[in-house]
Amino acid sequence: MREQPSNTGETGGTDRVRLSCVVNGEKVSALVEPHLTLLSFLRQELKLLGVKEGCGEGECGACTVIMNGNAVNSCLTLALEAEGARILTVEGLSNGGGLSALQEEFVKHDALQCGFCTPGMLMSARALLDRNPDPGTEEIKEAVAGNLCRCTGYYPILEAITAAAKREREGEQR
Amino acid sequence: MTPREFNHVGEEALRFEARDKVTGRAAYVHDLELPGMLHAKVLHSPWAHARITAIDASVARDLPGVKAVLTGEELPYLLGLYMVDKPILARGKVRYQGEPVVAVAAVDEATAERALALVRVDYERLPAVLSVDAALAAQTLVHEDIGRLEYIKGAFFPVPGSNIASWHKTIRGDVEGAFAAADYIMASELSLPQVAHAPLETHVAVAKADPCSNRVEIWTSAQSPFAVRNLLAKAFGLSHNEITVRVPFVGGGFGGKAGIHLEPLAVALSRASGGLAVKIRATREEECNQLPCREGLRGRIKTGVSRDGRITAMQVCYDWDGGAYADYSVNIGRAAGYSGAGPYEIANIELHSRTLYTNKVYGTAYRGFGHLETHWVIERHMDMIAQKLNLDPYELRLKNLLREGSLTISGERIAADSGRPDHCLQAVAKEIGWQGYRSQAEREAALKSGKARGKGLAALHKAPAMPSTTATAAVMQLNEDGTVRLMLGAVDMGQGVYTVMAQIAAEVLDLPLHKVKVVAETDTDKNPYDWQTVASKYSFMGGNAVMRCAQDVLRQLKETAARVLRCPVEELAHGGERIYHVHHPDKALSYKQLAVGYGFENGNGIGGPIIGHGRYIAEGLTNLDANGQGLPALDWTYGAHGAEIEVDVETGEIEVIKIASAFDVGKALNPALARSQVIGGVVQGLGSALCEQFIYTPEGRLLNPSFADNKIPTAKDIPGQIVPILIENPQLDGPFGARGVGEHPMISVPSVIANAVYDALGINFFELPLTPERIALAVAKQENQAG
Ligand code: FES
Ligand code: FES
Repeated sequence: MREQPSNTGETGGTDRVRLSCVVNGEKVSALVEPHLTLLSFLRQELKLLGVKEGCGEGECGACTVIMNGNAVNSCLTLALEAEGARILTVEGLSNGGGLSALQEEFVKHDALQCGFCTPGMLMSARALLDRNPDPGTEEIKEAVAGNLCRCTGYYPILEAITAAAKREREGEQR
Repeated sequence: MTPREFNHVGEEALRFEARDKVTGRAAYVHDLELPGMLHAKVLHSPWAHARITAIDASVARDLPGVKAVLTGEELPYLLGLYMVDKPILARGKVRYQGEPVVAVAAVDEATAERALALVRVDYERLPAVLSVDAALAAQTLVHEDIGRLEYIKGAFFPVPGSNIASWHKTIRGDVEGAFAAADYIMASELSLPQVAHAPLETHVAVAKADPCSNRVEIWTSAQSPFAVRNLLAKAFGLSHNEITVRVPFVGGGFGGKAGIHLEPLAVALSRASGGLAVKIRATREEECNQLPCREGLRGRIKTGVSRDGRITAMQVCYDWDGGAYADYSVNIGRAAGYSGAGPYEIANIELHSRTLYTNKVYGTAYRGFGHLETHWVIERHMDMIAQKLNLDPYELRLKNLLREGSLTISGERIAADSGRPDHCLQAVAKEIGWQGYRSQAEREAALKSGKARGKGLAALHKAPAMPSTTATAAVMQLNEDGTVRLMLGAVDMGQGVYTVMAQIAAEVLDLPLHKVKVVAETDTDKNPYDWQTVASKYSFMGGNAVMRCAQDVLRQLKETAARVLRCPVEELAHGGERIYHVHHPDKALSYKQLAVGYGFENGNGIGGPIIGHGRYIAEGLTNLDANGQGLPALDWTYGAHGAEIEVDVETGEIEVIKIASAFDVGKALNPALARSQVIGGVVQGLGSALCEQFIYTPEGRLLNPSFADNKIPTAKDIPGQIVPILIENPQLDGPFGARGVGEHPMISVPSVIANAVYDALGINFFELPLTPERIALAVAKQENQAG
């Protein structure tokens, strides 16, 4: 278990509150300012820098993480809302070193260019495949519609998610 | 089966940094933290144009946690690539809403923000210049000192006492005579607004100034590390040796991160804070209203046409809404001077391209460097000529396209290996099943059904817009095990340049691709020089440099091998990671044996570490003369789009069913990555076509500096089908025949969509974007007129 002292938001002087949750399978406990966002908690406290900030206003999806099975914009979520929750970030996708099928298909289909949207995109895709292992193209588009990508034109991303879904249905470990 | 021509060139190698990008390990400046690092925030001008009468920052300076507060008064510097016109913080007056006025560095962003709230700035408002007409009227000047500004003479032409940052002219042939002899004269006016680049990673820079010396270290999300160093050195009076610029992965650039942006302010704040590292990260709002955008354009065009559809005369006036500072806009205006007639042979032309100062956020390079804008004017106008003459717009274009032997409007003769615009146009016409405009009867029937379909075509061309002496270099070192480290000056912001350069190196050296490592952070202290990663020039220039670099390595390998094998160098060949004798292939030495010097059995050593270098400078280019004549183009990449769309007559919504896009890339060095550029560029172009634009209040405040109000395409907005077509007519001086294609896919996308909308509705549109409201209103107006 990791004990995190929180010093973000510092000089304001609100009372800190204890937050306990599970991040990428690891128990985490920390004292946090009530107004701290989940995004800042993950990036600044836990140093999970794969979680990106593209707007901080809930409009781009770069900060997407999975909380209790749902893809959420961590910039719009308060850290304290994650009390007791299970959080998955991009860092938790490749268990034990090897890439997951989803990550591999992103690589194979060239579903990324600058890569800045990629962590969030992967998490929206992951949440979709967890609730629907056989999504159609429209469902995939719907699931990643909140994740903006300025580079790829989205097609390779849709193809990658479709291919990953197929592999996972065929019994491959994700 | 024919033997494969190449082992690596033309292969669909996967981009090598992809693994780091799908695991979250790829490091961006966004993620950089240094010990004791401060965070900076900026106070912006609330007004488009105002005099600063007083600034009181005393309370802010006393706030605990604040380490530095700067105003323009402390920063007597002007910066600029071509026109030296931009202060680091506004001095004396503000020229656009969003312009930085005061900056604070503090222990964290929240403290910096609190400090800014304590700063008082008094303004006296001035009338604002908010349109090209207002700029031309020159009742109000954005830069009163325009006549005294420093600028690059001979390339740019500022007009004292006006808002004209540069007035470029291209004059060729007998324009008056050709108009007099023309069978038809057609004129139109088209325009398009400013738009945002919208990279997902906003601009961000970290600077650390050494308090005991002039040394400065900078980490920045930028496309031009060497240009940042150069401009900073000039502005601050530093030696290039005192400045280090590092660029790790960049989260999208598209031209918006070319040149110099937040870096000087970060440096100034770090100095003012006693040398602590300072990070400045633009918010999404600042990305829109503080940092540059794509400039707006109004184009007025008049052409003389013969009865059979030859364009014999052209008069164009491009007026660029360049915003408050000239940045790249003046050079965009200049590029329009030699490419602004489209990929056509126009013997008689008079072209004016005026980059205007306005009190808006300033414009800069954006994927295509003005060509999307000028092709909006040209490619729409071409269709309107076809309509007027009752010609097929496909035939009209074919008839006028540049071909071998044609002269461009700057007097450059097109060569046999320059590429084939006609092949591109033919390919897309075939792909979308082009059969000419539909008839008016067909249109009317479709309108009644509520869904109107149409098809369109558009062509394009672009050459890199760059100084005639633009240069680049590559350095390569063999490691002890015979693998290769390749150092470039270019930045990979997602275009895949590292992967492609590794392919070229592996090809020349005949190595497995995984044995070539491209050093992925560009560091001006370590990497060889490159001008800037812009203009789709790197595949061509960097590719040539890397080829020469690998050849240099081979030469050195052979030199040592010749001494060991006791034979002339000329009798040695390479292959399979070995240098061998051509007549006795078993007489061979592996790269590994030679990499850091060869050791004989008795212990003698010869050779030494092998380090190759290759350089490339644009060859044979010239400046333009007073009439815009000369050789500015390293190579032309031609392209064309064909689109099929459906308009919902009721809502005005356009659905893109299919878009086919062909480019003569000479040789696709990596077809998969080239297709990725096409698909991404086309969708980006659809943003400009259908939804993106900056909207201002009448006072000049930007109304939509967010993704919520300035929508860019999402996964739900993509066309039914995008068909990338790569045509390969090799360019003799390109690496393996290749030409660049990074920017081109975006050019002419708005034109092709609007041309298809004409086919569907019989209505011509002159302004972008083609929003549902704009379409629905035009349909209603047409129905009213008919009814
Ligand atoms: S950073 Fe959270 S949605 Fe953009
Ligand atoms: S890969 Fe650059 S934003 Fe998606």
